[in-house]
Formats: sequence, C-alpha cells, structure tokens
Amino acid sequence: MKAVAVECIGIGLAYGSNQVLRNITMAIEPGEFFALLGPSGSGKSTLLRLIAGFNQANRGQLRVDGRDIGHVPPHARNIGMVFQSYALWPHMSVYDNVAFGLVERSVGRAEIKRRVGEALALVGLGEYAQRRPNQLSGGQQQRVALARTIVIEPQVLLLDEPLSNLDKKLREQMRLELKRLQRALGITTIFVTHDQEEAMTTADRMAVLDAGVLQQIGAPRQLFDNPSNQFVAQFVGSTNLIAGHFDAVHGAFISESLGAIPLAAGSAGTALSIRPNAVRISSTRSAGGFWFDGEIKESEFLGEFTRYQVNVGQASLIADAPHLSTTPIFQPGARVQVAIDTAEARVVV
Amino acid sequence: MAVTPAAALPLGVAADVRRRVGASWRSYAVLAAISAFLLALLLVPVGAVFITAFRDGDGSFTLGHFGTFFSTGLMRESFGNSLYVAITSVVAASLIAVPLAYVTARFQFRGALLIQTLGVLPLIMPPFVGAVAMQLIFGRSGSVNLLLDETFGISLPIMQGLTGVIFVETLHYFPFILMNLIVALRAIDGAMEEAALNLGAKGWRLFSRVVFPLALPGYLAGAALVFIKVFDDLGTPLVLGQTNLLAPQAYLRITQVGLEDPLGYVISVIMIAFSILALWLSIRVMKGKEYSTLQKGGAGIQRRTLSRGEAWLAYAGIVLVLLVVLSPHLGLLLLSFARVWSFSVLPDDYTLANYATVFADSTGMITNTLLYCGLAATIDVVIGVSIAYLILRTRIPARQWLDFTASAAIAVPGIVLAIGYLRTFQSFEVGGVPITQTWLVIMLAYSVRRLPYALRSCMAALQQINISLEEAAEMLGASKWRTVRRVLIPLMAGGILAGFVSSFITAAVELSATILLVVKESQAPMSYGIYLYMQSVSGRGAGAALGVLLVVTVAVGTYLSHVAAERANRSLENAR
Repeated sequence: MKAVAVECIGIGLAYGSNQVLRNITMAIEPGEFFALLGPSGSGKSTLLRLIAGFNQANRGQLRVDGRDIGHVPPHARNIGMVFQSYALWPHMSVYDNVAFGLVERSVGRAEIKRRVGEALALVGLGEYAQRRPNQLSGGQQQRVALARTIVIEPQVLLLDEPLSNLDKKLREQMRLELKRLQRALGITTIFVTHDQEEAMTTADRMAVLDAGVLQQIGAPRQLFDNPSNQFVAQFVGSTNLIAGHFDAVHGAFISESLGAIPLAAGSAGTALSIRPNAVRISSTRSAGGFWFDGEIKESEFLGEFTRYQVNVGQASLIADAPHLSTTPIFQPGARVQVAIDTAEARVVV
Repeated sequence: MAVTPAAALPLGVAADVRRRVGASWRSYAVLAAISAFLLALLLVPVGAVFITAFRDGDGSFTLGHFGTFFSTGLMRESFGNSLYVAITSVVAASLIAVPLAYVTARFQFRGALLIQTLGVLPLIMPPFVGAVAMQLIFGRSGSVNLLLDETFGISLPIMQGLTGVIFVETLHYFPFILMNLIVALRAIDGAMEEAALNLGAKGWRLFSRVVFPLALPGYLAGAALVFIKVFDDLGTPLVLGQTNLLAPQAYLRITQVGLEDPLGYVISVIMIAFSILALWLSIRVMKGKEYSTLQKGGAGIQRRTLSRGEAWLAYAGIVLVLLVVLSPHLGLLLLSFARVWSFSVLPDDYTLANYATVFADSTGMITNTLLYCGLAATIDVVIGVSIAYLILRTRIPARQWLDFTASAAIAVPGIVLAIGYLRTFQSFEVGGVPITQTWLVIMLAYSVRRLPYALRSCMAALQQINISLEEAAEMLGASKWRTVRRVLIPLMAGGILAGFVSSFITAAVELSATILLVVKESQAPMSYGIYLYMQSVSGRGAGAALGVLLVVTVAVGTYLSHVAAERANRSLENAR
C-alpha cells in the first residue's frame, strides 16, 4: 500500500472565544512516524481528532495525499485511530471488534476471516479471538484496538496517548512493538503524547505544541540540541534558562545574574539555555568551559548521575554529574567550581 | 528545570464541546417529529384545557369560572379536602419512610433486604385495587375490626371517609420517599458526619442538624412526588366512594354535566398548578445545594451495630409495617379465591370460579392491556432514545426543550390529559368514527403519560456510554446511522428494556385517563375492568381475580426490568 503525506495548512479551531488551535502549518512525510508532543490543554489531541474528522477546523486546510479532506465525514476518510481508552465494544467478541470495519466495507465472509486472523496474529493475539474485551488485560486490549484499526488498511494511523494506560514495563515493551509494526506496515503514523521520552524514543520527527500554537518541528535530536524557544527547551529534556541577551559585537551573552558569558555563536533571543549535563561541578578548575565560583544547595543522588542545585552568582543552576563509584559527592554548603560548556549553550527566544 | 506551564485551556469545557458534532438534517427531522408529537398530544390538549378554563361563552378572557368555583360550597370543600388528603398523606408517609430509611442507612442490620422489599411491594399494586382489599381488612366490618370488636369491644374507623383515602394512599406511596431518602443517605460523605462528631454533635442533634439536611434533596424529591400522586389520584377516592375531592369532581363534572361545563376545566387547571408548584418547590429548595455527594474513594456515613433492644424494636417496627403493607395483597388474593366474603374475618368458602369468570369474560381486557401498553411503551422508548441522542450527542438548538417538555408530562394528571384529548380531538375522525371513541387515544394518552419514565432510563443508559465507542465505529467506516444500529442500540439495550418495562407496567395500572377515554367495554384494559367489576358486590371476586393477574404481571415486569438494568450495568462496565 502506498504511504501518503498529511499536510496541515494554516489550521485554526476555536470554540467561541476559546482558541484551541492557532494557524497550525506542518507537513508529515509519507511513511513517517510522527509525534505530537505537548502538555495537556496544548491542543495536540484536538489536532489529532481533527485529522480523524471528529473536530472541524474553522480555518485552514487539511490535506491527505494532496487531497483536501476537510469536509469528508469521519467514516469516509479511511484514517484509523487507536483511542486512549481503546474504545473496544464490550458487547462484541475480540473477533467481532476486529471484523467491524471490514463488515462496514462489505468484505466477503471468507476474506474477513482471513484478514482478522492475520491482524490478530500480527499483534500476537491469535488465540484470543473469541474472548470478550473485558476478559483481556490492558496491554491485550491495546493490541486488539490496534488490530481493529490496522485491519482496514487505513491511509493514516492515529494513536491517541497509546501507552498512557499501561504500566511502565509494558509501556517500554509496547513502544518497541509499535515502532516495529509501523516499520513493517510503512504506514504514515501520527501519535499524541505528553511524555517527551516516549516521543523522542519512538518518533522520526515530532512537533511541539503549546497553547494551540506550533512551537517547533523536527527530528528529536534536532529539537533537543537546538530548541528554538524557551518552551521547547524546557519541554524537550530539562534545561537551565538564564535571562539576558546576546551581544554580537563582543560575542557574549549578557545576563544580570551571571554577567557576560562568551559564546562562539549566537542569535537574538531573551534567554540562554544550558542543559544540566553541560554544567560541570569540580573542586578545582581545569581546562575547557567557562568557570564560576559556586556553592552546593541541594544534591540528589540518582544512581547513574547526581543532580546538584548549585548557587552561582545570583543564579541557581541544575547540574547533572555522571556518577561512578569513585566520583565524590558534594554535600550542601560545599564551595565548588562550576563550569558551563559554552559550546552546548543556546540562545533562545 | 523543565517546568510544564499550567494548562492553557479549561480542559473540561473543551472536552465537553468537542463531544458534540454539528446537527445533520436527520437530527432536525427527528427533532421536528418529536416536537410534533409533544405539541399535538401534550401541549395543545393541555393548552385547550387552560383556554377553556379562562374563556367566556363569547370567547373573551374571564376569571369568572374561577369565581364560580370558589363560590360553590362543594368545590371549596373538595379543594380543601384534596389539599388536606395530599398533605396528610405526605406527613404520614414521611412518618413511615424516614425511620425505615434511617435504620437501613445507619446501622449494620440484616433487615435491609426486608426494607428493600417494603419499597417495592406497594408499588406493584395500583392503589384503587388495593383500596377494595383494604376495606375488607380494615373497613368498618372488615377482618381487623371484627376481631377487635370480638376481643376488646372496640373498632378502628381507619377506612372511614377521607381517612380511608389517606390510609390507602400513604401505604401505596411511602416507598417514593423511602427509596429516594435511602439513596440520598447513602450518598452522604462520611467525612461530613465525622466532622460534626468531632465538633461535638451526636445523637438526635447530629441527625437533625447534619445528616437529615444533607439528605434533604432526596427527601423532598420523594415528598413532592407523593404530593402530586395523591393530589391527582382519581381511582382510590372513586373506589372508596369519596367524591368530594378535586379529581373525582372533575371526572363527575365531565361525565355527568358534560364536556362543555367550565368547572371541570377550572379543576384541571388547579390540579396542574399544584403539581407544578410542588415540583417547583422541591427543585427550588434543592437548587444550589448539591451537597450530598460522595467523593470517589470516600466512605459513606458510619454504620454501627444495633444493640439487642434496638434490634428488637427495629424488627418489630419493620414487621408491623410489612404486615400492613402486605394486607392489600393478601386481601386481594383471598378475595379472588372467595365465594362469599362479608361480615367475617376470613372468606366463608373458597373457589376458583372467579378466575374462570375472568378468563371467560375478560380475555379481551387482558389483550387490550398488552396491546395498548406494548404500543405505548414502544413509542416511549423510541422517543426516549431519540431525545437522549439529540441531547447528549448533538448540538441541535432547542434540544433541552424536548427534555423539559417530555418530562413535564409528569405534572399533568391523567384526568386532565383525558379531558384535553376529548376537547381537542372530538372533531377528528378515523374511518368515520371520532378518534376520541377509538382505543388509539387511550394508547396515546399512556405513551404521553409514561414518557418521562422511559426517557430517564434511556438518558441514563446513553450517559454511561463513552463517546469514543461511537467514534471508533465511525473511524472504521460506519456512518452515523450504522453506528447507532451496531454500537449504540446494542449497548443501550439494557436501559431501553428497563425503560420499556417501567413504561409498560405503569401504563398497565393507569386508571385516571383510562376511565374517561374508554367509551365501550370492548376497549377496556384490565385496569378499567377491575374498576368496573368492583362497582358491584357480586363482581368483586372477579375484579380481585383480574387484579391478581395485573399485580402478578406488574411484579414480574418489575423484576425483569430490575434484572435487565443490573445486567446492563455489568456489561457496560467496560463502556464508560
């Protein structure tokens, strides 16, 4: 089956005076595994439901495979969606749940049987066809919901918080499985999540939304390494934000709390983003980085690394120090030397 | 640090709005059809009653008929009597129901099941049927008074005059208060009671200052219902021969003076006004006081074990009430098997002849009940499902209007609706026969009167279904209509069945509209048949036999709807 592109062009959606989506423009490539990431209320689920046809845009165009589908009702879109609650019908067996879409498409009985069998085998539930949904575990229900959706061979697969109802271990397993399945089917897939780790580990590319506005779009690594604004810097990974501005003449970032920090490159912006792993803590200064005197305020030992909160000048920075059995751990109150890896610091708006 | 900004949107609002899709032309067609039904069969007939009550002979507006009403001694007396009977019945019903509810909700107590049974037993017997049996047991020369007279030389005049009406109505309707109050008491958050205990309230003061006020909405809902039911009841006073009440007066005016007599309409308007007033008062007092809600995970009010003495007292009270409540059932059963039962504690001789008579003469009535009630209940669930869908699944304008109007039928007494039908439809003909002389109007009156019951069931059923179950079907290629057929209706089946049965059984015991709308015996349903039989002493046995059949039908129906509702609840656990 041919993979298709999904394009949003200037999409806006409002309920009365409540703007839920503002001028969303993005293009999702054929066969891409694409994540919509954002906090709750950011509009990411609304956008997903808009693609499925359950919400109508007030403005803009939605194109699938180059065709405007804004006025096609949900049942005629051939876009599959896996719901957060799975939405399995309790009055039907697993088999009937999966066969539902094929019955609606007037597929012959023999072919339904074959395709349902294949779909259930694909998600590893071949044995469970005659069970009722409420006789299955959460993970199994999720697989049935997935099988029910892919059996109709949708053009686009939508996943609404697909892993949020599973416990941590199952979540990591399903994550890999989803990725494997998506690669095997080659289907354009869009999934919604509020969990940045989930988005980063699974998606080819992702879009970050906040308050109905598209903040940034790109590969996970691109968003992490080069966040375009404070929100993305904070939401994708953790970061320290220092308010100030970039002085191009002197090649330095000027802040009130830390003074001037020399940067090789920079752009106009209102804050400097420094990831905690780009802040080094030491008892003595050494080569590389830009050094300050500091004092440890809090320390949290997390195993693989120790997370310090350290006071530097008038700022308070978070620093993650990798931990080995020989690494010393500084106690609160300890006077330390603090280095910022300026090559890793980014000016953001 | 990564700080997630606070949600920018009121999530609940967005979620609520996006649940509803725009209305299609089909929704408008359904809206129009239901509106036409309600307009033609509820609003226009009731409106006609109002207009007639306020219109002079030459068509101009007048309050003169109300003047006549209040200057007629019999009318004033009837009005006063109706108020007296309704209010006294509410008080008496409260005296029975409040302690029973309190005991069930408050104590670790094995009698809870008994009390649940108490709550259903009276409701399965229409009060006018029970009235006859009650006379045989508690009447001047009934079993109890004969025994009292033999042993102590005294008698209890409990079935005399209006007291008899109050006694019968109280025993029949106290479950409305009992059931509502039990639900309300169970919903009280235990922490509220603990807070009061912690601050030093206990015993009676704890109950009267904290527990009962918290359960007040439930109590008032039940009390308002009892008031309306008693105020509007026609069958019981007629069977007991008490005609100086409003409902019997309206009936007598229309049947004896004629359809043109304005006083019948004035009485109708007064009855509706008081029904609405009672409902309005109960809602008004409850408004803004939705406080008896149990938080998820919270515990209800504390249950404590009864001491030995208290337990004896509680059981004695319950058994006494149970005996009195069961007496009409028992009396009816005895009467149906009695050859002669008069001036004796128990029937003198037993026979199956009454049942033979009923099956020989009255199978038509049984068929009629099944036909009218079956059709009426079908109409009710079809309309109920449609209204529920329009309200909960579309944003069609005026959808709340449908809910309000359909529910308002509960404030319209059967006799008033019947008068309205006679007035409005007398000139409409089907096949050369005025429509008011066919069984069609009886069936339609049932469907309008029992619509609120079916509507509540259907609304509750649809509310329990998570909308994503329907969206999943649409996403897989099912159109709206196919989604309704393949997903919604099967999931609602239990609620629909429960609605059907409750409409059916309450229609089966309907008398006050029936009595006016039946024009010949071949149209009569069982309820009317019982009334007819009971008019003569010789017919009482057969009437009782027909009554037993009706009670059994209603009991089985009630049980089935209970089972259906339970099963629906269980199978829907996954659907929320």
